Amino acid sequence: MTDATHGTAEPAEPRRRKASLYASDAHTRRRNAAEKRFRAYGIAAIAIGLFFLLVLLVTIVRNGTPAFTQTFVTIEVALPADKLDKSGNRDIEEMKKVSTFGYAPLVDDALAEALAQAGIETPFANAKDLRQIVSASVAAQVRDAVLADPALVGTSHEFRLLAASRVDGYMKGRVTRESVARDKNISAEHLDIVDQMIAAGLVERRFNPGFVFGADASESRPESAGIGVSMLGSFFMMLVVLALALPIGVAASIYLEEFATQNRFTDLIEVNISNLAAVPSIVFGILGLAVFIQFAHLPSSAPIVGGLVLTLMTLPTIIISTRASLKAVPPSIREAALGVGASKMQTVFHHVLPLAMPGILTGTIIGLAQALGETAPLLLIGMVGFIASNAPASFADGFLAPNSAMPAQIYEWAKRADPAYYERAWGGIIILLVFLMVMNIIAIILRRRFERRW
Amino acid sequence: MSPLWLLILILVLAIAGFAIGRTRAMASVDDHRKLHSRPNYYGTNVAMLAFAPAALLLAVWVVAQPIVINASVSHLIPETSYEDAGALNLIMSDVKRVAEGLDVAVAQGALSAEEARSIRTEFTDVRARLGEVGVALGANVDRDVLRAAQAYRARAATGTWFMTAAVLIVALAGFFFAIREARGDFRARNRVENGILTLLITAASIAILTTLGIVLSLLFNTIEFFRLYPALDFFTRLEWAPSFSGRGGASALGILPLLWGTFYISIVALLVATPIGLFAAIYLSEYASKRVRAFAKPLLEVLAGIPTIVYGLFALLTVGPLLVSVFGNGGLLGVDWMGGGRAVMTAGITMGVMLIPFVSSLSDDIINAVPQAMRDGSYGLGATQSETVRQVVLPAALPGIVGAVLLAASRAIGETMIVVLGAGAAARMSLNPFEAMTTVTAKIVSQLTGDSDFASPEALVAFALGITLFVVTLGLNVLALYIVRKYREQYE
Repeated sequence: MTDATHGTAEPAEPRRRKASLYASDAHTRRRNAAEKRFRAYGIAAIAIGLFFLLVLLVTIVRNGTPAFTQTFVTIEVALPADKLDKSGNRDIEEMKKVSTFGYAPLVDDALAEALAQAGIETPFANAKDLRQIVSASVAAQVRDAVLADPALVGTSHEFRLLAASRVDGYMKGRVTRESVARDKNISAEHLDIVDQMIAAGLVERRFNPGFVFGADASESRPESAGIGVSMLGSFFMMLVVLALALPIGVAASIYLEEFATQNRFTDLIEVNISNLAAVPSIVFGILGLAVFIQFAHLPSSAPIVGGLVLTLMTLPTIIISTRASLKAVPPSIREAALGVGASKMQTVFHHVLPLAMPGILTGTIIGLAQALGETAPLLLIGMVGFIASNAPASFADGFLAPNSAMPAQIYEWAKRADPAYYERAWGGIIILLVFLMVMNIIAIILRRRFERRW
Repeated sequence: MSPLWLLILILVLAIAGFAIGRTRAMASVDDHRKLHSRPNYYGTNVAMLAFAPAALLLAVWVVAQPIVINASVSHLIPETSYEDAGALNLIMSDVKRVAEGLDVAVAQGALSAEEARSIRTEFTDVRARLGEVGVALGANVDRDVLRAAQAYRARAATGTWFMTAAVLIVALAGFFFAIREARGDFRARNRVENGILTLLITAASIAILTTLGIVLSLLFNTIEFFRLYPALDFFTRLEWAPSFSGRGGASALGILPLLWGTFYISIVALLVATPIGLFAAIYLSEYASKRVRAFAKPLLEVLAGIPTIVYGLFALLTVGPLLVSVFGNGGLLGVDWMGGGRAVMTAGITMGVMLIPFVSSLSDDIINAVPQAMRDGSYGLGATQSETVRQVVLPAALPGIVGAVLLAASRAIGETMIVVLGAGAAARMSLNPFEAMTTVTAKIVSQLTGDSDFASPEALVAFALGITLFVVTLGLNVLALYIVRKYREQYE
């Protein structure tokens, strides 16, 4: 109920006889308090919104930054010729016959040797028990290095080996002695050794380029998982979106804005575009699954299918912004061109379109950014549920070979049971957000720089 | 000739046609000013007529040929060897793989073309022969599959031959027709511009095609689903328990628990987003100084630009555990309402945060559209600013705000990643907001990911869920737009 109407409802009765201009009466005070309260609600609402934003960003940065560093064990590994190259003629094909199982004992021995040199006592009699300190991928790492440079055989070489995910978690505070009590991957004794290795300088945490550029790894080796391959998947998808959505979107907008007469067909298109802009993204995923994979038999999980689906999803965004920037070009430009004898088509392509281009590009970049972060349709066309471990071999493979995409990879990591993968998911989000931020900043700069006010 | 080479060939023809058409038109007049159009239009006309019809034919052929051949070859498989359409599909994909294997073998010289045509399972171990050239087959090739594969190859070869001929004939016909036309008095520009206009219209029609594709793909699969599973059960059953082993029968696929979860989570989200968004919009449009507005509005909108997977992870790893530490066993409140991090509240609150900028931006626009004269009138009667907002601005903007909330609701219902990660997987009809429930979108994802068989009701149900989702969100959007549009008419 309101005071204003209340007042007018009983005009005859002079209620505030003792009203003074200098001292506000109870009624006015109440109204002013209500005013203040109302304003406080508004401020609180904005504060809550900004608070959520802040919490979100802080959470992402705090949980994600550890993913960029990784614990490494630096040790000297002896590479005896009698084990790695029995014939002694350094023939690569022959050396390839020694599998990672042949290399693993070397790493074990090297670890034991390094511990002995640093004067660290181990409770383990068997050097093999030390293996849990380093990642399961180190044997392959040593093998790759040897195959890349056969001259290493017979020498000792210093390797920087990935530490096991549990050791990494211990360094980052995720794993404690209590939590490893029932963990069969590592024991408290291992952590004691790690403590001493840190003191001896054998174990250190440093920037891990493998996370940004590397491939995904299996469920049991979070320490060697990276987002690089799925980044390539996203890149190829964005190429498809750019190559299709920009020309189609611009052509459609030109038709609708410059040529279409008001009729049923035009109305139908307009209604469709505005509806498509509001269709949930998961429905586009169903469309992609049914049309591109089931009907057209395109390879599932391939970036080209993802690109096609995201193109259809991005089109409405691009069309809406392109039409807005075409509309912003003043009619006088068109009239002048028509006046000197240009055809309608020439007017549009020679004069209107170039003037609208900055706006179109801005809209396109924003559309691309939206497509880059979209996950739901990718789940349906099969870009999750497998390990994107191989970078595409060729340009065509980039489009056709199964791959993941950045948001799908993040989802994949978030689903895995090992908490070490959560850290990688947050780290992946940081990379994704950096991409989005850069794209949006470019869009803003384009707009500031080139947008003309008529 | 492979489609790619054919495409390159007609492209070359088009480029040559451009040059010839241009030169011919220029040569046909003594003075360039006598040309009807600029010289390039004559060239473009030739290129267009040589390329466009042929390329269109090529595209249609490439799409249609496998379908036609597939249909004709599948007759070769005896009906006794398969039970239903799904099994036939599997056999046909074997046939295709064998056919491709034979192609590879011929290309590598492991088999002569004659051998590939006449090879018989009775005399040769086809699987081993194909294995030698790097084509791995899952099972031994049986006689019918091999025969079908050979027929497939033969028909594909004939089809490709006809395609090459047809495309080249069309391209050459267009080419020579346009060359003959390339004379000075021909209105080349009009022809070219009509061609471009056709292209523009086609591009605009893609929106219609997309909608059509969505509706048809949902509809056909839904009809297929209802053939396997009664529609009445789907819409009225209160239980959702798909079986993963058998086909049909054992599964209970009622949509109601999913709809309940969807609406419950959406309502929680709107209860978070609407007051915050609305008050933020009111403050930004009525009270805030220019500087505050220029700072707070874009920052709030950042919330809308963050990908939903980020919110999903935020719900799963931050909001969920936080809520458990307050409402869960041994939590701050000392109540044991919440069993796990995944719950209606978890997803709802996170989604509410995501929706704040939707509500605030749309409401902001609508509040700004209320004419200043109405506010001035209210101030003139002695109302304070908040009284003006409550009694004049908000009632005037109400239809628009309702529209904004409906749009936000439609987003909430269609949102996938937050509920997939934050809401849980158990379909449940309960009133406790701290329990895990699931939604339509989450179930679409779980039924369609993985190696599901698309012919089973457990997979097809996703399409029925999809069409329900599509209809509900579309209905909400149309309603919202209708309300907003109706309101706009009042003040313009």
